[in-house]
Amino acid sequence: MSLLELNGVKVHFPVKKGVLFDRTVGHVYAVDGVSLSVEAGQTYGLVGESGCGKTTLGRAILRLVDITDGEVVFDGTDLAKLPGEEMRRFRRRLQMVFQDPLGSLNPRQNIESILSEGMAAHGIGADQEERRERIREILARVGLPANALSRYPHEFSGGQRQRIGIARALVLEPDVIICDEPVSALDVSIQAQVINLLEELQEAMGLTYVVIAHDLAVVRHISDVVGVMYLGSLVEEAPSDTLYAEPRHPYTRALMSAVPVPDPEVEDNRERILLTGDLPSPANPPAGCRFHTRCPWKQDTLCATDRPELRDLGGGHRVACHWAEKIADGTIRPSANAATVVPPPAAEREEKETAAAS
Amino acid sequence: MALLSVDELTVTFTGRGRRDVKAVSGVSFDVDQGQVVGLVGESGCGKSVTSLALMGLLPRRGVTVGGRAEFDGTDLLTLSPGRMRDLRGSQLAMIFQDPLSSLNPVVPIGVQVTEILARHRGLKGEAARKEAAALLDRVGIPDPTRRLKEYPHQLSGGMRQRALIAMAVACAPRLLIADEPTTALDVTIQAQILELLKELVDQQGTALLMITHDLGVVAGLCDQVNVLYAGRVVESAERRELFAAPTHPYAHGLLGSIPRLDAPRGEPLKPIRGSINDTIAWTDGCAFAPRCDRYTLECLQGTPALGEPRTPGHQVRCVNPVFSRGVDELRETALESDAVETAGTAAAADKEAGA
Repeated sequence: MSLLELNGVKVHFPVKKGVLFDRTVGHVYAVDGVSLSVEAGQTYGLVGESGCGKTTLGRAILRLVDITDGEVVFDGTDLAKLPGEEMRRFRRRLQMVFQDPLGSLNPRQNIESILSEGMAAHGIGADQEERRERIREILARVGLPANALSRYPHEFSGGQRQRIGIARALVLEPDVIICDEPVSALDVSIQAQVINLLEELQEAMGLTYVVIAHDLAVVRHISDVVGVMYLGSLVEEAPSDTLYAEPRHPYTRALMSAVPVPDPEVEDNRERILLTGDLPSPANPPAGCRFHTRCPWKQDTLCATDRPELRDLGGGHRVACHWAEKIADGTIRPSANAATVVPPPAAEREEKETAAAS
Repeated sequence: MALLSVDELTVTFTGRGRRDVKAVSGVSFDVDQGQVVGLVGESGCGKSVTSLALMGLLPRRGVTVGGRAEFDGTDLLTLSPGRMRDLRGSQLAMIFQDPLSSLNPVVPIGVQVTEILARHRGLKGEAARKEAAALLDRVGIPDPTRRLKEYPHQLSGGMRQRALIAMAVACAPRLLIADEPTTALDVTIQAQILELLKELVDQQGTALLMITHDLGVVAGLCDQVNVLYAGRVVESAERRELFAAPTHPYAHGLLGSIPRLDAPRGEPLKPIRGSINDTIAWTDGCAFAPRCDRYTLECLQGTPALGEPRTPGHQVRCVNPVFSRGVDELRETALESDAVETAGTAAAADKEAGA
């Protein structure tokens, strides 16, 4: 039994029009049927580009947005149907770390007040003195000085603010922490500090993470299992190493080939799949496979008509593509008009360099 | 003779009753015709201010710009505003980070593109519209004649960046400055834009100055890379050389702290400790010393000179470059390990403990 299980979760936002009678004229299908499970002590990474619904899904787990349909089963309880007060009590065990460390901290509250607010709400610690003791412990754990207690968010650097955000989640002794883009607002050298901190804390405290990020390299580094989202649904899910070694969904392959690697040798010698066009609107998603409008491997049958389900290919590798096997063994070739597959530019570059040298 | 030759560029922001802020404190680099040169660094290292200074876009009050920046023999920094306006857009062009805020929201794309054509190439009316459509088509915007009538908010992020690039290359500039052109975009769109920039450089022989914080982007695009720290170039090398043998402790640390998509998993990252606030003035020594594992007392004796400790053409501003001596040996020579901390600023004193 997994610690956290999502079954067919849907979050649809109504689009309203009119002043007097808000007629619902349509829906934005932000999350449209996502099923996944997160094991205790593991890190589940959700990647995708902006607008794919990854943040909405994270917020739906905590019910910070209303779930239209589906179940969020946490430790045997379906959170989607809990009444408000019970849900509030469950939130102690499910905490969130937000993307923007400054925007998610009240500038008028000092650190002690920020960190003890949640504790007081959940009845942790008999009095403020006991809470302060606990906060000091956590601050040391996340690498902040003890004198931080009486200071305000603006006095800290970006990396330190993110540590405060993590401390705020930790003081409630949660089981699951949902990290929404925990490092994307930070500088590269600081990113590594925060990623390492998250990993240390997981090991020491047995935490379960759901990490939501757009940076594939960060997600792969930190996660045990990675799910790739496109237009509100999961298109592929696999153990971190498998996903990188054998991406099976065309979108995952394009995404991976687009991530720049800080190594000229790799950059010069790899094939790139350049997708054409932009993400379709989630208010009017394409029929059939959501990706078929941009897919280089699109076929004349099935793709435009039938929505592929996540299929298990073995070893925990799930793919939502009708043709995953045939694409993998090369029977289906990418068509040139839907995308450009750029051959490794190494040969071309060498020519240029020798020409320049002579 | 390089197309653009920047020599000891300094930019200081001054304000009444406030301490002067030296955003750029002596940056030098060259850009040749048809070359892609990268300026890499984290926020606050002065990379954007450098580009603004070159384009003459810094406010005139409260800013002191020093040094020289010779573009084809003329010093951009001393040029009159009128002459600069002639150059800007025709010979020099810039692409900004945020395509939405760099476009006028209440003016259709077409008007914004033809404006440049009218100013620098004297095209008007139908001729200008045709040329604008051709430009949009060239940067890969489908249905360009319809797009010309649309407003910036009707375009997607990638489209807007393409429109900005179309405006930048409208007069076939000899130098294109791109300030974080893909930071606001998704990776698949980023790949499209980088491919487009590569094509433009190859076809037109435009020199490209690429300003970014993303070492991955640099690895794929740039010929020559300059790594900036606290307003100075700390390492400069040809791209393969830099990534194969990063020699300044900062560049070395930066590469070690990025998770790589293709590296084996399971190993913890090696972060650089502290933050960008833990710094000392370059006049007192190496600005990176308070965060550096390899500092010795020598690091505190004025600005380290640019040297070539490993290979010719690979410049490094460090007295204890990586691979020169082992860390243990350095520790023995460091007489007082606290020397750097005491020399550091007040901000350095309460830096992130244990980080």
